[in-house]
Amino acid sequence: MAAIDPGSLTIASALEGLAKKDFTSVELTQACIASMEAARPLNAMITETPEKALEMAKAADERRSKGGEVGLLDGVPLAIKDLFATQGVLTTAASHILDGFKPEYESTATANLWKQGAVMLGKLNLDEFAMGSSNETSYYGPVVNPWRAKDGTKLVPGGSSGGSAAAVAAGFALGATGTDTGGSIRQPASLCGITGIKPTYGRVSRWGIVAFASSLDQAGPMTRTVRDSALMLRAMAGFDPKDSTSVDRPVPDYVANLDGGVKGMRIGIPREYRMDGMDAEIVALWEQGKQWLRDAGAEIVDISLPHTHYALATYYIVAPAEASSNLARYDGVRYGLRVPGKDLNEMYENTRGAGFGREVQRRIMIGTYVLSAGYYDAYYTKAQKVRTLIKKDFEQAFQRVDAILTPTAPNAAFPIGMKNDDPVMMYLNDVFTVPTSLAGLPGMSVPAGLNSAGLPLGLQLIGKPFEEAQLLRVGQTLEKAANFTAKPTAWWRS
Amino acid sequence: MSLDKAAVAKIAKLARLKMEPDRQEAMASELNRILSFVEELQAVNTDNVQPMTSVAPMKLRQREDAVTDGGKPEAVLKNAPQRQGDFYTVPKVIE
Repeated sequence: MAAIDPGSLTIASALEGLAKKDFTSVELTQACIASMEAARPLNAMITETPEKALEMAKAADERRSKGGEVGLLDGVPLAIKDLFATQGVLTTAASHILDGFKPEYESTATANLWKQGAVMLGKLNLDEFAMGSSNETSYYGPVVNPWRAKDGTKLVPGGSSGGSAAAVAAGFALGATGTDTGGSIRQPASLCGITGIKPTYGRVSRWGIVAFASSLDQAGPMTRTVRDSALMLRAMAGFDPKDSTSVDRPVPDYVANLDGGVKGMRIGIPREYRMDGMDAEIVALWEQGKQWLRDAGAEIVDISLPHTHYALATYYIVAPAEASSNLARYDGVRYGLRVPGKDLNEMYENTRGAGFGREVQRRIMIGTYVLSAGYYDAYYTKAQKVRTLIKKDFEQAFQRVDAILTPTAPNAAFPIGMKNDDPVMMYLNDVFTVPTSLAGLPGMSVPAGLNSAGLPLGLQLIGKPFEEAQLLRVGQTLEKAANFTAKPTAWWRS
Repeated sequence: MSLDKAAVAKIAKLARLKMEPDRQEAMASELNRILSFVEELQAVNTDNVQPMTSVAPMKLRQREDAVTDGGKPEAVLKNAPQRQGDFYTVPKVIE
């Protein structure tokens, strides 16, 4: 048998190969492990778990050889964002403050994947506590995008699921879990030329995922194709009594109607997403996206989401407020780093001062401030009111359209270090993804083309609550039309 | 409104973050940059708008008031930086 190149496979084709016994899960997993090791210059992994992977692969092969029932992802190697608690495996959130933390429990989302037979390659790098848009805030150092500039300059993969996007784009994981609070699945998917979907708030359990902003956090798959996202989302999603905001409704078979097309569907184009000074290539790609969907039989409808402009400011109050509260638990008492102090308060302060990085401290400070006495109404209550208006905008739009098409990010991948001086510059990366998060809606990014610098750009699709199946169908149409087959050259293999 | 070093020190205290005085100046300017950015929300008319409390219309579930888990002191204490028997230990808080 010829050597397996995991970079040429998808989850769907791997499942086919496994079913036809072209290769075993152990063989496939070994190939992924070799690629993962060769890709270390990308710094996409925090912890590699090759032994666990091979053990899981062996068990998958045994299930298949017995000819019994197999899982939806049986024998497929995946990598897990290091924000998901994995039993007995280091879980860091890319923060110094979780030094040495090995959970005694497994997150529901990953447990669901293992129940369906998936194989874990290891834990992926990310922005510290998922706070960032470039994967540069990680305590474990930045992730490098597999796509380089033509002159060889190293670029960011986006964030916060930067390791996830890099692992899938580099071809060593067939899929990866991501989490999205303001764009953390969709923006890195766009910058790395892969597909990612943030489901409706409540669709995937948050239990066992390190919390950043609980009213926004939602986990989802990051894969090479829309079909793979559909397969993986079906395995991850589901009701979980352990998450109080998990929604108790059945998980549809997202693959079943994937090829149903968009004939007769109405696709909204929000005029407020056309911003001053927008990159002309991104505007052109958006136009192209409209044309593709029109050619496939959809009706393109101009819509208005009047409060779009205020989404980013709303987000940068709501998310830090929730983060400052969620991150209060890191006190050096029960797990992770402890830096001694002369009394309890000093121990807390020393531990948190040393354990949290700059961006995380900045957000805790903002969050603490906007929730403090005298400022709460002016900032936090005001932001929650604007959030209501943003959600209403979408509700009104969705009376007229079935899905919304926008660019995913305002730019392609940029050089490491370029946007670090000004936090607000970095935040602008999320301008197109944040409104969807604030409204709790499903959103996905589909790779749609390369810019003149040879870097991937994605288009975003936004759907109605719990209409992921329809959204994936539009995504599939877009993917087919865009026929995005470009791959980064494997320069990291030196 | 603009935060100064003293305000930063106070917020850091509330957030239980040790912040060296030489960091306070830079932090003040970073926070002011963010606060001036979010200032634009004041321009939105939110009269008669309810603040969002839940992004999806849902009622919090209640379960039966019964013990469903527990009795795992070893698992609970497994990651403790310091412990004594079945307890976490911290610096003395009572004189």
